[in-house]
Amino acid sequence: MTATAVQATDILQTADNLRWEVGPDFHEQLMEDIYTEAGHLADRAVTWPDEEPRFDLDRTIDRLVTSRIFGFPLMILLFALVFWLTIVGANYPSQIIASVLIGKIYPLLHQGADAINMPWWLSGILIDGMYLATAWVVSVMLPPMAIFFPLFTLLEDFGYLPRVSFNLDNAFRKAGAHGKQSLSMMMGFGCNAAGVIATRVIDSPRERLIAIITNNFALCNGRWPTQILIATLFIGALAPLYLAGLISALAVVGIAVLGVLLTFAISWSLSRTILEGQVSTFSLELPPYRPPQILRTIGTSLVDRTLYVLWRAVVFAMPAGAVIWLIANVTIGGTSIAEYMINFLNPLGVLIGLNGIILVAYIVAIPANEIVIPTILMLIVLVTGVNAGEGAGVMFELDSMVQTKAVLVAGGFTLLTAINLMLFSLIHNPCSTTIYTIYKETSSKYWAAVSALLPLALGFAVTFVVAQLWRIFIGPG
Amino acid sequence: MTTEQPKIPELKFDRSACATCPAHNAGNLLKLGVDMTDWDYVLALAGNPNTGKSTVFNALTGLRQHTGNWPGKTVTRAEGGYSYKGDRYKIVDLPGTYSLLSTSLDEEVARDFILFGQPDVTVIVVDATRLERNLNLALQVLEITDRAVICLNLMDEARRHHIEVDERRLSRDLGVPVVPCSARTGEGLDDLLEAIHDVVTGEFVCQPYRLKNESSSIRRALDELVPKIQAVYPELPNARWVALRLLDGDERITEAVRSGELGNLNFQAPLEPQTAQSIPLEVAA
Repeated sequence: MTATAVQATDILQTADNLRWEVGPDFHEQLMEDIYTEAGHLADRAVTWPDEEPRFDLDRTIDRLVTSRIFGFPLMILLFALVFWLTIVGANYPSQIIASVLIGKIYPLLHQGADAINMPWWLSGILIDGMYLATAWVVSVMLPPMAIFFPLFTLLEDFGYLPRVSFNLDNAFRKAGAHGKQSLSMMMGFGCNAAGVIATRVIDSPRERLIAIITNNFALCNGRWPTQILIATLFIGALAPLYLAGLISALAVVGIAVLGVLLTFAISWSLSRTILEGQVSTFSLELPPYRPPQILRTIGTSLVDRTLYVLWRAVVFAMPAGAVIWLIANVTIGGTSIAEYMINFLNPLGVLIGLNGIILVAYIVAIPANEIVIPTILMLIVLVTGVNAGEGAGVMFELDSMVQTKAVLVAGGFTLLTAINLMLFSLIHNPCSTTIYTIYKETSSKYWAAVSALLPLALGFAVTFVVAQLWRIFIGPG
Repeated sequence: MTTEQPKIPELKFDRSACATCPAHNAGNLLKLGVDMTDWDYVLALAGNPNTGKSTVFNALTGLRQHTGNWPGKTVTRAEGGYSYKGDRYKIVDLPGTYSLLSTSLDEEVARDFILFGQPDVTVIVVDATRLERNLNLALQVLEITDRAVICLNLMDEARRHHIEVDERRLSRDLGVPVVPCSARTGEGLDDLLEAIHDVVTGEFVCQPYRLKNESSSIRRALDELVPKIQAVYPELPNARWVALRLLDGDERITEAVRSGELGNLNFQAPLEPQTAQSIPLEVAA
């Protein structure tokens, strides 16, 4: 042992002995001392206004949005408003983008490929596979994201999100989870991978694991477009035209709320079974409301979130497009690989109120939830041959909602399929990025597997039960 | 072992090449993931959650890190840089924390960086409208480091609430520069840059406030432990803080003492008199 090592041991020994003397409340005592001195220093430097302002806007807003009676309804109303604006506002630009990317550029690309005598399989992979998948993702996702993310960011900048946490804190505590989980859940509504990283604010490993596993139930932005599109086509369509937007928005809010309820339920079960333990306390500061810097917020949220997510979707859509084209066009004994897969999975799909096409789409879309709907549409065209002008395995021009719905209906979509697709989109394994993030954050294959398989099993269970109840009480669906 | 040790650690001026070399602590910083190849100084940005750290970060670097009005947004470190008066500064935006005393991951990230990363200056962003609460963290940072600047942010909010803060008195009390700012509008940022420059070049010598009025049981324990630590690590600028952490049973610090890591930190002297004196001479010439 070196001299320094001996001395170091001596220091640690002394500290150990002294720790007995100062007693177990050392930490609290020290905190109290620091608070006292901080208070003293602050007192010397700060002059408070002589009288309280008669009307304090911040406090009045706080009383309203965190009130026992109005807190939750206001919260739901506010989010419903955001989705309604998104649904109503996104429709028109979506059509314009689709008509340009698919209606104009797509035929031009084919003409170009013909002009240079490109082999059919190469133009198939490049144009009918990769380009169309990308064009589809852009036209379906860009408009809702360009509206939704800035609105959400404005709420965030205004200071509303901590109030949501405040409202939810009690529920989380009752579920045996950490109150800060509401913050990571909020991040999860943007992106689950980000939400998983955000759980680092939770000190206790037990509560952090609960937050990580349940983060998937916060509907991420890869899944919002699926929810919004299906709700608009199938659920909004049930209502008279002037109510359609509102009903669709409420359906999406309903799914998001269901996700929150599932978060509570799963947290509760985990904290009473494999992750049993005490709830730790924490203090949540409600920051002052600040007038959002509207233009800058819109600018940064467009760049940071919208374009970032869109880019990610495009990066995943291009290879996925190629894969879809290949499995749709490579045949074994006259039947394409895609058809084999669909036929194989169809019995399971039908059992849970979905179909083989949707399950194949979810397998193809493991890298990114964003491309589920485009994949479903492409596969339907392949199997049913509907609107088959361009030939099987080609994503074709869908420049209006009506046409999109026509394809889905041709693919056997019913109201039950639509509802179960929305449910399954909420409750299934997280995307591969999130699973990898969970693995990195927990450094455990076990917890990564639990986080992936638990929601998947739950998703199968929920859709199965819904399908059986539907068939018993409502009809064959 | 000697028992006669000076009560106050004397300022030791390390005049070796290492102390004056810009990459004086590159090894430790590299371990923490900070590449110092192109930079002269490292600046750490600490503060309570939601005091506008990220806004200050963006204002200084011109980057567009997403800022959000809710606590706990930054859980990892963000990095950026700027150049001022010919010196290149690397900024490391630490997670916002209320304290450096507990063991959650975000507090550990912030604490480890200030202690082991040895930034040339730590800018503590405090909310002028919530000074008392924010000073808790500021006092803890000042226990660890000798070189700090307080950025008294959100002055526009304070004015809106008719709160007046006497920054000169605060600066005298804390022994570090205090700069009123409103990072959202850019107000006061020039003064902040100048204050940072003064501290890293040694033109302003910080004499950070250290806790004085701890309870008697804690003081007795410190009186016994601090001299022992100073005997082994005479160059340690924060022996008192290390002692407090050991008494609290902090595993990371205990490990740093046991392994000798604490002694291997190359503590740069807070002031290099040669540099400080040479500046006016050059100007005169």
